[in-house]
Amino acid sequence: MRAMVYRGPYKIRVEEKDIPKIEHPNDAIIRVTTGAICGSDLHLYHGMMPDTRVGTTFGHEFVGVVHQVGSSVQNLIPGDRVMVPFNVYCGSCWFCARGLYSNCHNVNPNATAVGGIYGYSHTCGGYDGGQAEFVRVPFADVGPSRIPDWMDEEDAVLLTDALPTGYFGAQLGDIVEGDTVVVFGAGPVGLFAAKSAWLMGAGRVIVIDHLDYRLEKARSFAHAETFNFAEYDDIVVHLKKETDYLGADVVIDAVGAEADGNFLQHVTASKLKLQGGSPVALNWAIDSVRKGGTVSVVGAYGPIFSAVKFGDAVNKGLTLRMNQCPVKRQWPRLFEHIRNGYLKPSDLVTHRIPLEHIAEGYHLFSAKLDNIVKPLIISTTA
Amino acid sequence: MTEPATPYTAGKSATPDASVALRARIPGWGVDLDPKDRPSFPREQPGIATGAHWKFPDRQPEEQPRERSIEHAMLTPVFGTSAPLKGASGAIRRYAYRRYSEGRAAHWLLLIAADRVDAWENHLKSFATLRPDNPLTETGIGSEFSGNGLKSRTGKRVDVNHSWMDPVIVAGPWVLAGVGAVAVLRTLRGRR
Repeated sequence: MRAMVYRGPYKIRVEEKDIPKIEHPNDAIIRVTTGAICGSDLHLYHGMMPDTRVGTTFGHEFVGVVHQVGSSVQNLIPGDRVMVPFNVYCGSCWFCARGLYSNCHNVNPNATAVGGIYGYSHTCGGYDGGQAEFVRVPFADVGPSRIPDWMDEEDAVLLTDALPTGYFGAQLGDIVEGDTVVVFGAGPVGLFAAKSAWLMGAGRVIVIDHLDYRLEKARSFAHAETFNFAEYDDIVVHLKKETDYLGADVVIDAVGAEADGNFLQHVTASKLKLQGGSPVALNWAIDSVRKGGTVSVVGAYGPIFSAVKFGDAVNKGLTLRMNQCPVKRQWPRLFEHIRNGYLKPSDLVTHRIPLEHIAEGYHLFSAKLDNIVKPLIISTTA
Repeated sequence: MTEPATPYTAGKSATPDASVALRARIPGWGVDLDPKDRPSFPREQPGIATGAHWKFPDRQPEEQPRERSIEHAMLTPVFGTSAPLKGASGAIRRYAYRRYSEGRAAHWLLLIAADRVDAWENHLKSFATLRPDNPLTETGIGSEFSGNGLKSRTGKRVDVNHSWMDPVIVAGPWVLAGVGAVAVLRTLRGRR
C-alpha cells in the first residue's frame, strides 16, 4: 500500500508499505478513503514530540471502509463505512469505564500520562496513522462508528478530531449564558470552539490570531469578533480594555505547542525543543481571563515542562481545565447539531490533496501558504 | 444616585435583550445552554456502555521485546508496532525507557536526542538504497511556487520574525554534512 512516511523533521515522503495485519482479535483493518492533516501533526512534522520515529505514518483524522476484521469483532463487518475517533482506547479500563477515553490505560505502553493516538509518535503508543491507504484500528468494537447515511464524508472526517475537540474546548470552559469567551488560535479547532461557545450561550466571542485570512474565517464562519495580535503592542492589555478592564470570563487556548508572539519562548520551545511547547498563548490566556475565570486548554503540548505563568493562575483563582477530547462522547450531540444545520464542519475545508502529494500538503499547512485552513488527504484508491 | 461608569463595582454591564438578539443572529445560539446537559458532563461518568465485551482485553502477542514506561505495571494488552527499536537511536531510547520515569526531564530529552540520531541514521542509510532522501521533494518546498508562497508571506504575520531561521534549521544540517563530506574526501586524498 502507499503511505506517508516520516523521514525526520520537515521531511516526509510517500512509500510502499505492507498492508497492516490483524495483531489482536478485536482489530479491524480500514481502507482509508479520506484523511486529514491536523494542526497537531505539525508538531510531529517539526520534530517537537519526543519519540517520533523515522518510518512511522502520521494521521489521526480519517474515515474509510472496513477491509478486514479480527476474530472477536462483533459490531463491524467488511464493507461498513466508518469514522474512527483519534483516540485508541479499550473501553474497559478504569478510565474508559468513566468516559475518559483519551486517558485509556490499556493501549499505550510508552507513557501513562497520555493515552493512545493514531499516528502520533511512540509517546502516544506507536500506532501507525491514517495518512495511508490502510490502517490498523484496535478495539474495533469500541472506537469506530458507522457513518450515518445522511452524513457527508467530509463532515465525518472533521468529526474524528477537529470539531469534537473545539466543542470540547468550549465545554471545558463551563460557559454560562452571557459569558465573554476569548479563543486564542483561529485554526480549525479554535474556529469550532468559537462556534460552539455560541451554542452554549456565550454573550460575546472574540478570536485572536495573527493571520488575517484565518480571522476573516472566524468572522464569517464563527460570527466572532476578531483581533490580530500582530497589530497590538500588548494583546493582553487590549483584551482587558475590551472586557471592561476585568478580563474575559472564559479563555480557550486552541494554539498549543508552537505559539508565536514571543521570540524567546518560540526559539526555546519550537526550535531548540527545550520546552514541551511554547506557552505564549497559554500565558496570554492566564493573563487575559478575569480573576476567578476559567482557562480551557485544547491546544496540544508535549510532555516536557513549559515555562507557564502558574503563579498568576494561582493568585487569580483560576480554574484550568484541559484534556485530549474523548471524541465519541461528543458524537451524538454533534450529529444532532449537524442535522439541524447549526454546524457544517466541512465549510472549513480549503484544500483536498492526493496522498501522493502529501509532502507539499504538509509544507503548505506548516508555512500557512495559500490561505490554508483545513487540508484533507484523498486516498489514491478511494 | 447613578452608578459611576467604572468596572470597579459589582454590577455587570449586560444588556437584557442580548440573548434574543443573539438567538436571531447566530444559528443554534443557546441550544446547549444547560451545562448539565452537555456531552462530557460530568467529567467522569461511571457505567458508560462503550461496546467492550471483555473485562480485560486479550493480550496482543509481543513478537519482539517492546519498550515501556517504568510507570506501567506491565506491558499494556494492546500496543503499536509501527517502528521497533533499532540502531544507536534504539539504544538511547531503550535506556531512556528502562532508566527514567516520565517524571524525569532526562527521559524526554534523551528521547528527543534519539529522534535526531534516528533521522541521521536513516538519512545515511538511505544513500545506500535506490531511493536516497531528497531534501527538495521531501520538504514539499515545491508548494512555495504552487501555493502562493511569496504572496502568503506578506501582511501582518508575527512568524516573519523567525521565518529566516526555518530554512537554516532545515537546510543547515544538510549543508554541514556536505561540507563535512568534502573535508573528509580532501583529507583522504591528501594522505594518498
